[in-house]
Amino acid sequence: MDLYIALALQIVYGIANLVLISLGLAIIFGMMRVINLAHGEFLMLGGYTVVISTNAGLNIWLAMLILAPLVVGIIGVIVERVMIRFLYGRMVDTLLATWGLSLVLIGLVTTIFGAQTATTISPPIGAIQIGDFTSSGYELFLIGVTIILSILAYCALKYTRIGLIARGTMQGAEIASALGVSTSRTYAITFGVGAAVSGLAGGLLAPITGVLPSIGATYIAKAFITVISGGTAILAGTLSASTLLGGVNSVLSYLTGPTIGEVGLLVVAIVLLRLMPQGITARLFRRSL
Amino acid sequence: MSTTRRTFLKGTAATAAVLASPAIIGKAAAADKIKLVSILDQSGGLDIYGKPMVAATEMAVDDINAAGGLLGREVELKMYDPQSSIQYYTQYATQAAASDRADVVHAGITSASREAIRPTLDRFKTLYFYNTQYEGGVCDRNVFCTGSTPAHTVEKLVPHAMKKWGKKVYILAADYNYGQIIADWVEKFVRDEGGETVATEFFPLDVTNFGPTIQKIQAAKPDMIWSALVGGAHISFYRQYAAAGMHKSIPIASTTYGVGNEHQLMSAEEGNGILCAYSYFEEIDTPENKAFVERFRARNGGAAAPALNELAVRSYEGVMLWAQAVRNAGSVDRMKVIEALEAPTMIDGPSGAIAIEPTTHHATLNTYIAQVKDQKFQVQETFLAQQPTDTMQVCDLKANPDTVKFYFENGLEAAGIK
Repeated sequence: MDLYIALALQIVYGIANLVLISLGLAIIFGMMRVINLAHGEFLMLGGYTVVISTNAGLNIWLAMLILAPLVVGIIGVIVERVMIRFLYGRMVDTLLATWGLSLVLIGLVTTIFGAQTATTISPPIGAIQIGDFTSSGYELFLIGVTIILSILAYCALKYTRIGLIARGTMQGAEIASALGVSTSRTYAITFGVGAAVSGLAGGLLAPITGVLPSIGATYIAKAFITVISGGTAILAGTLSASTLLGGVNSVLSYLTGPTIGEVGLLVVAIVLLRLMPQGITARLFRRSL
Repeated sequence: MSTTRRTFLKGTAATAAVLASPAIIGKAAAADKIKLVSILDQSGGLDIYGKPMVAATEMAVDDINAAGGLLGREVELKMYDPQSSIQYYTQYATQAAASDRADVVHAGITSASREAIRPTLDRFKTLYFYNTQYEGGVCDRNVFCTGSTPAHTVEKLVPHAMKKWGKKVYILAADYNYGQIIADWVEKFVRDEGGETVATEFFPLDVTNFGPTIQKIQAAKPDMIWSALVGGAHISFYRQYAAAGMHKSIPIASTTYGVGNEHQLMSAEEGNGILCAYSYFEEIDTPENKAFVERFRARNGGAAAPALNELAVRSYEGVMLWAQAVRNAGSVDRMKVIEALEAPTMIDGPSGAIAIEPTTHHATLNTYIAQVKDQKFQVQETFLAQQPTDTMQVCDLKANPDTVKFYFENGLEAAGIK
């Protein structure tokens, strides 16, 4: 029984982990149809922000929950202003440009901090006991953060003026513009928010995965598969795709091993995209956010 | 004047001779310096291993030149950075052999990179040193593998850890050739010691979530974990294992933990108690090693210098072994140096005495078992002059000098060991 509870927790965490690493990418993709290949590096920068500031004496909670999203959000706005805004509507060009950006960021961080970085910060929450099993309390905390983050994103999109403007711009940029909305500012803010969410995720994951300049590469593929499988509805897409893919991955990893777990995730994604080329939310949950 | 076939041929032959002569003169002039080419990753995913190796190689060449060079000639070091890409390895190896006319090439971190360039260097008859710990099994008279192999490390650590912790072992390994073969060796040695492997799991190199595995380990209740996890993403395992409180109940042994300086990347609390075996630790308590560590630090930014591990030190010792062989041979001629190395050549390096084992072209070296304590290794047990008995089971270059084979390419079973 204890095993099943611990296992269920693992599955939920596997799903939450996917939501966390994909949400920032989903916001940027869903809103602006920009595929940000530097997404992994935004996560990496969030991680570095936490590690550097914690080693410099800052409280780890402040570093993770406030500083990391702030720093990466600002970087996101700068990137949007000097690079992305010239490339709207040119998907292949944005792919290339953001890929170049990711290489620059990896090179920059390697030059400044070196190829290996001492990330001697431990998760600030200890282990929890479930019967005979122990599990990481920090993972439980991450599940909680993911839920709160999803609720916040939902409320922001649904009930605030900014959310309304964002949704309007997303559905028809020209009409929104005709109604007096500054679409270019909306895009800048959206990109910044997407980057900030990525920074938050990277910061939260730093204590349990560590940071390296090249760590982004381990996230980017999964984040992409999740977002593309989910389709353009930001929340419903990310949540449904994460549940499906994360669930399959966790269960198969437990039953057979991580290799089959990873294979299973990819197979499900391929079959899914064959059946629903526009992602889950183009077929199901169509009117959702 | 009419051009006959004969005069035409004479003419072309003379032209060819004139054209060819600058090449011959060029080669004579270049022979003033002895050329050592190093191909090691200084960027890309493998740079955490490559950079300290590069620093150690530079130090070795500087030391040789400071002592007057070899045979009265200066050693010139040429470095290439293959950027963690196999394609560049083959390209630079060809360049080193064909264009630079290197007298020796020291190159390669992963087995994949070694196997990519080994045929090239064989074909160009360019002497090749591979200074990385690896799974064993290369049998090639042109190649010298100076790193430790499973017989040096795994075979020593398995009994040590089982005596300390118990007989039930749970193996975690990186899912590629090296991890698979190390897992085979661990299973074999555990069986030889009368223990039991409860499970073996392989992880693709980009896995960062080890949650399901940590639950499985708890359900299986082993006495110890054997980790052959590799690379930056896999460091997550040790963190998540500690975050789940497991590091207090089920201990870990490894022959991969520490070569990426993992023990310094994680907090003391997360790493304490892990047992490792290598043919070198920075903490080895000899005057020679202490002097070496001090000099290495002074050259590489003092406190900011990378921690020294087997990979870096063996890069230094590999160059020194080659240099000693050149001195013994009195020549840089490839066959003379190979014969001198087989004589065998022996040096006293930071890791202690190290000699070439002539039948396999691997190394007879000291092995150390150490435990992590507060981000440092504490040496627990020392084994002197250990032979590469794994490769010796399949390879005998004395009896069959023409062998060119990587025996463990398809696992131990295919090599007839099990």
